[in-house]
Parts: sequence; C-alpha cells; structure tokens
Amino acid sequence: MNSLLVLVPVLPLAGFFINLFFGARLPKKVSGALATVAVGIAFVIAVIEYSHLLSLASANRVIDTNLFTWFAGGALTIHFGLYLDPLSSVMILFVTGVATLIHAYSIAYMEHDPRMKTFFVYLNLFVFSMLVLVLANNFVVAFLGWEGVGACSYWLISFWFDRDSAASAGKKAFIINRVGDFGYLLGMFYIFDIVKSLDYHNVLGSALGSGSLAISPHQATVIALLLFVGAAGKSAQVPLFVWLVDAMEGPTPVSALIHAATMVTAGVYLMARIAPIIHLSTVASTTIAIVGVSTAFIAAMAATAQNDIKKVLAYSTVSQLGYMFLGIGSGAYVAAIFLMVTHAFYKALLFLGSGSVIHAMNDEQDIKKMGALYKVMPITGFTFVIAWLSIAGLPPFSGFFSKGDVLLAAYSKSPILWLVGAVTAVLTAYYMGREVYLVFFGGARYKEAGDFHPHESPKLMTYPLIILAVLSILGGLMNLGFSSGTDFLTNWLVPVFGSAERQLSFGSGTKAILEIGDIVFAAIGIFLASRVWLRSAINPALERDILRRGWGVDEFLNLLFSRQGEKLADELNGFVDPLVIDGAVVGGAKLVRSSAGVMRLLQNGYVRSYALVISLGMVVLLGYVVTRASF
Amino acid sequence: MTSLVEALIIFPAVVALFLALLPKSSSKAITQSITTVAMVALLIAAAVIAVTFKAGFSGYQFVSSYSWIPAFGISWKMGVDGISLFLVVLTAVIFPIAYIGAGEKGNSKSFAAWLLLLEAACFGSFLSIDLFAFFVTFELTLIPAYFIIGSWGYEKSGPAAIKFFIYTFLGSALLLVGMLALVFIHASQGHPITFDITKLTNTTMASSTEKWLFAAFTAAFAVKAPMFPFHTWSPDAYRQSPTAGVMVLAAVMAKLGTYGILRFDLSLFPHATIAFTPLILTLAVIGIIYGAIVAAGEKDVKRMLAYSSLSHMGFIILGIFGLTSIGAAGGVLQMINHGIYTAALFLLVGYLYAKTDIFDMSKMGGLQKKLPILAGIFTLFVMASVGLPGLSGFVGEFMILLGTFSGHRWWAVVGATGVILSAVYMLWSYQQIFHGSKEMALAEDSTSKSLDLSVRQISVLAPLVLLVVLVGVYPRPLLSRITPSVNALISHVDAAKNAPAAIAKLNVSGKVTH
Repeated sequence: MNSLLVLVPVLPLAGFFINLFFGARLPKKVSGALATVAVGIAFVIAVIEYSHLLSLASANRVIDTNLFTWFAGGALTIHFGLYLDPLSSVMILFVTGVATLIHAYSIAYMEHDPRMKTFFVYLNLFVFSMLVLVLANNFVVAFLGWEGVGACSYWLISFWFDRDSAASAGKKAFIINRVGDFGYLLGMFYIFDIVKSLDYHNVLGSALGSGSLAISPHQATVIALLLFVGAAGKSAQVPLFVWLVDAMEGPTPVSALIHAATMVTAGVYLMARIAPIIHLSTVASTTIAIVGVSTAFIAAMAATAQNDIKKVLAYSTVSQLGYMFLGIGSGAYVAAIFLMVTHAFYKALLFLGSGSVIHAMNDEQDIKKMGALYKVMPITGFTFVIAWLSIAGLPPFSGFFSKGDVLLAAYSKSPILWLVGAVTAVLTAYYMGREVYLVFFGGARYKEAGDFHPHESPKLMTYPLIILAVLSILGGLMNLGFSSGTDFLTNWLVPVFGSAERQLSFGSGTKAILEIGDIVFAAIGIFLASRVWLRSAINPALERDILRRGWGVDEFLNLLFSRQGEKLADELNGFVDPLVIDGAVVGGAKLVRSSAGVMRLLQNGYVRSYALVISLGMVVLLGYVVTRASF
Repeated sequence: MTSLVEALIIFPAVVALFLALLPKSSSKAITQSITTVAMVALLIAAAVIAVTFKAGFSGYQFVSSYSWIPAFGISWKMGVDGISLFLVVLTAVIFPIAYIGAGEKGNSKSFAAWLLLLEAACFGSFLSIDLFAFFVTFELTLIPAYFIIGSWGYEKSGPAAIKFFIYTFLGSALLLVGMLALVFIHASQGHPITFDITKLTNTTMASSTEKWLFAAFTAAFAVKAPMFPFHTWSPDAYRQSPTAGVMVLAAVMAKLGTYGILRFDLSLFPHATIAFTPLILTLAVIGIIYGAIVAAGEKDVKRMLAYSSLSHMGFIILGIFGLTSIGAAGGVLQMINHGIYTAALFLLVGYLYAKTDIFDMSKMGGLQKKLPILAGIFTLFVMASVGLPGLSGFVGEFMILLGTFSGHRWWAVVGATGVILSAVYMLWSYQQIFHGSKEMALAEDSTSKSLDLSVRQISVLAPLVLLVVLVGVYPRPLLSRITPSVNALISHVDAAKNAPAAIAKLNVSGKVTH
C-alpha cells in the first residue's frame, strides 16, 4: 500500500512534467485531459488507501513512512516522508476529488485561452503541492507543500499577467502568505529547540506526554500561536485576509480550487494536525477561537455589500474559514474538518457556478447588471440555489450539519462566541440570498446593456456542477449527530484527536434548542434577503461603502506598510546607501589617503600598471613553484 | 588525485599565459575553443575530486604539499575538505557558463586569459592550506577581476573598477599585516616558523591581540563578501561589470569572503570569534534587512541583484556566527546555492539586456508575453532566490535560521524577516520586468529567429536549472561531506568557549591519505 500511496502526489507531478516539457506538442484538449486524468487516478488511489485504512483496527490506522532523507546536519535530520492517518486520508480524498472535477470543468472554461496548457501545468503542480502538504509526516515537508501551493497560487492569480491588477494581486498573495510563513518557520525552530525533532510522530508524542521531552503549556502556547500566524496567512484570517479578495483576479476555476476548496483550508488542517499541542494551551485555543469568529463576522458583513459576483464569494470564504477556526479554537476538530469538506463542496460549486454565469455574461461580473438568469441557465441556477441553501445552513443540506456542530462546540466553550457565530449565520444566509436573487431572479437587468442572450454552459462545465450539488446535499451524511452510530466522521477521526476533541458540556435538550436556532437564523437571513433584493437591486442604505471596501483594512495596511515601506526603500536607496554609508567608508579611506602615499599612487592612474606588476609577479611566483614542484 | 588539486590551479594559469602569448592575428575560434576546452577539463577535474572525496571525514584530503620558501616557513600546501569541496566545484561550474554565456566578449584573447587566471586564483584561494599561498591567490583574484570590470564593462566601468580595487585592496592590506603578525607571534612562542593554518591554530595570544588580528582578517573578508557596511563598492561593480564578470564576482568571488571568515576567523581566532559574535550577528542581520529594503527601492535590475546578494550574504554570515553545526553547515550550503541562482539571474539579466538595451526595470514591462521561456526560467530562479522549498536556497536558509535560533534566538527571529522581504523585492522586480500591459520593442537576436531565448542560450542555462532543482530536492550528498568539517570547526570554537587560554587545537585527525 505504501508504494501506491506515493503515487497520490506523484501522479499530478508527472502530469506537471509531461505538460511542461511536451505540452507544446499536444493538442489543447489532450493536455487538459491528461492533467485531469492524472488527478483522477490519484483520487482513485486515495479511495483505495482509505479503504485500506478502514480495514485496519482503529488504533493501527497510521502509515508513517520515510521515502528518503531530504537533508541532515548536526542533530537535524529531515526525511521526505508520508503520513497517512484518518485525518490525512480525508484530506487527500476531498482534495483529489474536488480537484478532478475542477480540472474537468477547466477544460471547457479555459478552452479559448491561448495559454490553456500553461494553466494545466500550474494546476497539476498545485495539486501535487497540496497533496504533499497534507501527506507529509513532518513539519518541514509540509512546509514544502505549504510554500508550493503558495507559489502556484501566485502564478495562477497573476495568470492573466498583462492585467496590472492581476499581477499585483498575485504578488500581494505571495507576500502576505510569507508573513504567515514567517510564523510557521519560527514555530518550527521553536519546536526543534524543545523536541529536537520536527517529525509529527515525535512532536505530537511530546505534546501527549509520551515522548521523553515534554512540551510545557507555556511552550505549547508559543508553538500554537506561531503556527497559527502561518495558518492565518494561508487561510486568510484577520488581518491577513486582504489578499484573498484580490486573488479573485485569477481565473474562476482557480478561485474554486485554490481559493475556496483546498489551499485556503491548509491552515485549518495544520491546526487540526497540532491538536494535541493546542489542547495544552487555553490561551492559544481561545485566541484562535476569537480570531476565527471575528473573521467570520467581519467578512460576512463585508460580503453583504459586494457587487462583484466573485467578491461576495471571496468574503464568504474568509467568513467560512473563520467558522472553521472557531471550531478549532473551541476544540471541535472534527466539526472543523467536517465544515472544511462540506464547504469545499458547496463553495467550489458556488465558484464554478459563478464561472458559468461569468462565461454566459461575456465576462461581466457585476451582479447588479444580471438578474433573472435562472430561466436561461437552469442547471447553473438550480445547483447554485442548492449551494446557497447549504451554506445558509438549512436542513437537510450539508452546511446545516457541519456549521451546526461548530456552533454547538462554540456554545460549549463560551456563549459569546456562539452569539457572534449565530449572528454571522444570519448574515451568511442573507448575503448569499442577495447574490442569488440579484443574479438569478428579479428583473433581467442585463437586457439594458443591449441585445444579449446568455446561455447555459456546456456539459463539461455543468456536470461538475451537478456532482458537486449532489455532494452538497448529501455531505451531511458523513456525520449525522443523531446517534453515535451515525456520526461516521467523528468515529473515523477520534483516534487522531483523542482527548483534544471537546465533549459537549450540555444535554440533548439544549442541543436540540441550539439546532432549531440554527434553522431559525438561516430562515431569518433568507427571508430578509428576499424582502429586500427580490424587489429592488438598489438599496444604498444596506450597502455601506466602508463594508464594500472590506472595512478599509486593505487601505489601512497599505498606508501603514506599503507606503511607508516604499518611502523607506527610496530613502535608503537614493540617499542613505550612496551618500551616508558609502560616504562614511570613502571618507574614512580619504583620511587614510591623506597620510598614505600608496593611496595617492592608486588614485593617480597608476592602478593599471601597479595591478599588472602584481599579477605578473604572482605568475612568476607560481611558475617558480611549478618548477620546484615538478623537478 | 593530489595532482588534480595541483592541476586546478596551475593548468588554468598556464593556459591563460599561453593565450596571452598567442599572436594577435590568431582567430576567435582558437581562443574560444582553447578556453572552453580548458574550462570543461577543469570542471571534469573538479567533478572527479568531488566524486572521489570521502564523506564522513573532517580533515583535508588530496593534500599536495611542497616546501616553497623554507626560510620563512612558506609552503605550497593545497588540499580540500568539506568546507572547500563544493566551493571548488561551484567555481568549476560557474566559470565555463560565464564564459560561454558572455557571448562575443569571449572572442577576446585577453578577456579569456584574465578569466582563466581568475579561475586559477579562485581555485587557489579555496584550496590553500598555507596562509601565504592563500594570501597570494586571494590577492591575485583582484587583478583579473579589475581588468574584466574595467575593460569590458558598461559605460561607467572605469570608476567602478577602481572603487572595487581600492576597497578590496585596503582590506587585503589589513589581511597581510594580520597574517604576518600572527605568524610572528606563533614563531616567537618557540614553534618553527610556518604559514600552515593547521599549525597556526595553536597560537597562544593575549585576548586583545587576538581581537585585533580577528578584526584585520575580518575586514578583508567583509569587503569581499560583501558584508554591511562595507558593501558600497558592490552595486557599482556589479552594475558595471560585463555579464561574465558579474557572474563570477557574485557567484564565486563573494564566497571568498564568507569562506575566509569561516575558515580563518573561526579556526585561528576562536576566542575573538566568540567575543565578536554579537557584533557580527548584528551586522549580518542589518545586512539582511537593509539589503532587502534597498533592493526594493532599486530600479536598476543589476543593482537590485547586488543588494539582494548583500541580503543573502547576511544570511550566510548569520549561519556561520550562530556557531552551531547546523547553522554553519547551512551557511556553507547557502554559499553554493547563492552561487547557482545568482549566476543564473545575472546571466538572464544579461540576455534580457541584449534584447532591451536597458537595465532600468521601471522602463520594462509585459515581457513575459514576448519572452515566455526567458520569463519561465527567470521565475524559477526568483523562487530559488526567495527560498522556495524544493529549490536550492531553502535548505541552506532553513538550516541557518534553525541553527542560529538555538543559540542566538533573537538574531534569528529578526533575520527571518528576510524571508518576507526577499519576496517583496524579487516579486516586485519580476512584476516590473515581465508583467503588465506594456508593449516593449525588442531587438532581434542575431543568432535566433525567435525573440525568446535561443537553443544555445537555453543549453547554457540548463546546468544551472538542473542544479537548482537537484540541490533543492536532494542536498544530502553535499551536506554529508560539508558537515564533518563544519562540526570539527564548531567544536574547535566550543572548546575555546570552555578554555579561556588559547590552547585549543583544531582536530585534524580525520585526515585521509590517498
């Protein structure tokens, strides 16, 4: 099974190399199909690996294997190793699964792009990196995947590089991610300082107290918070979320795959991975929960005022990621992963649906210029509505179950966390309702732009929508909290999280009330949205400018860092270095010169002859040595 | 094998002399083929040395030793250990690529001769075990480099070459004084007079004397690397050098500085090393951040890369003065990595200049459209330079920071911000050159129908592309040879930490004879 497991990341890597070197000779569609098949087979193998794990006793469900030693020096040895356990098996399943669908969709979506093959080169490399990230058996190999997905994200956001906005957005994403990576790196250094290893096995063992070098609660706080800085960068948490909104400059399949379903959830995965460490520190878990729920609320508010079909979804993703961190911080690791997977289904569906709309609207992205598209694009419209109901949290759609689990745990940790999360749930149903009504229902405002006939997308695009819609509906089946026999995901992941997973502190009565509450919140949001946005597409009072600008966080950061940074760079480059530093050193040299004849000689144009004399002298000396040496 | 070590130094010098003596009328083809063949032969020799080098030993291997000027204890003593091995290989790889990549300048007899002489001097510096031989070859690099910058450089190369010469020459003068003082002190203690560094390590010195000598040595190396604040010659020299010159300058000669620090400061002056550690670490960290910020404000792509190098040299020095095996081994690895991607970036910039006639990035833009292959290779090296794991650049940087973190935590923390800053200036530069809607008119390349890189240019770059990936994915063969020597050096410094009087002796017992 180990040899098969290696193929999971290797297949997309092979696809990358084939398209990189031979793509130019392949027909466009072949190159796209090849990339899709590579990821598709990886999915099949992921399924085989999953069933293999399933066949083992639950305590034995870990395959920890080193392929080769990547680097070593002193006490440090880093193996290139894979780690398949219930958690990573869930990750590879949904990553390869969703990626296959999005690859297939892209064949149609990118058909008219002259650089379609390059697109698939990056896309395969991305999937490879993502799989390395989740399958790594130590922090450093995970970091390889972590940085790899970041680089692919940079290349794909700035895919249409002749647009300055796309180029800047790609750069911004990479740099802000690097801010997070700074935290990730320091976290690793600190771990190594304590545990003398960066293998999950040893580090998590130390956190559980089984290793010889135990991690103290204080150390756990430092480690968890440093790694959380990394997670906050990658998973776009406050205040580092600004890059994700700009990332919508990338082609829509990229937004679906990287900036909704997979890469941005890497931070959540990392936090779930270090659950035993977070468990040791209330400071860390509370911080994560507060940052998460704040992000969820702040982004949901911003989403209510966006007019770009993709920017609504971008803020929505930020908000949903906030929910996942709320789950992590509340000790609901299973719920966070559950939400991650279901979110991957419905958010990928929303993005691909929006891509289908953008396609139909000839690249128009302003929802105020759409309306009534349901009639002309029934498949896109219908599946989009399913995704909306799912993210809104209505039963029986998957979002109801996953978000509900997060909120239950939040309530168990602190009712305040729950309250903010509940308000956000209303907002979520509302902003998505606004988008659905403005795009698919109401008046056909696009007709004002002239004679224009939007149409449904080709099958290669609608089939993935249908599959994702089915998954969005049925995803809840993974973890039905009715009885201990039906919460499959919880049972599957329990060996991974163990005692770190929070046990709810209240009875089934409270639980039922809270769950009914969830339904009510969703209903309120949907109702409000229909009252407002079905009637009119213009409600300035509900679309505050400050919210549209994402609370001005981006501008604030720009002012604080970019502007000041530019000033500093110009100052140092134009003045300090050439005049002050150089001046000081040259001034010192001049002082010497005034007292030393040698310097005058050098500056008076004798340099050349002097240099020649030295060099000839050296050559003669060397010649002398040679003769001495040989005879 | 010993004769291969000797050949690395003597052969290129002899070929250089031969080229210099060729009649003026001799054809370009002769110059080109002689130089290319010579450099490739040297590359093969270096490769053979690397392959036959025994991993797991800390001492010198393939030692070639002859008495030279016995009256002064000067000997020709050359050999290679884990610290110098891959610097020798790097030298052997970069020179032919620089020469072939330089294009038409390579037709000049004197250009080729100077380049070969420079190669000989670089090999000599890395291979010398005798301090005098080191000084001679270290000095000797100055002259060919001066002429290559001054005579084949860009419009303002004259002043830049003189600045380069004066800076490094002043450093060398201090090195000379320091070296002689050390040898005399050693001899005055009843030892036979010698310049052999393996023997000079047991010199007993007053603490203040040791510090002065440390300062004298370090000054020379700090200029060469360059290390903040002795770097101001480098943006001018790098900018004005011809492509081959700057490749060698940044990729190989800069390492003479960091190599010198590691080899001589740590082994000869361990107490002073410890005493100066906070100062040097601080300068290294300032260099990392300062270099990166200035690079971000730079419009000229070559000067940007010069400041980028300043920042990267800061990392290497940080690793060395973190005084841990992991960090110092990372430092040595990073010397190699920096050599690979810097050489490639300067070569690519040279190719870019051939098409655009400018180095000013603010006037470039949108070039990825017309030059997809060049842009693709460029982006690879950009990623290597910012330390993307999987490419060379990451492992070295990681080990440097991890190692330094354990003993000198806050310097490592501040230094690690370089990870963010490098992304800022490299990606901003890439965006300015290759992204955006600008349409630039490009000069047709005479050798190729397409505007993009020619097959010849791609094949010149290919070895560097291969290395940047290979060393990134599998740096182990390098590290397993680097680490034992670095370990011995670091435990030598550690011993000094515990022994206040300078009686610690570098353990060279791991020596292998062939």
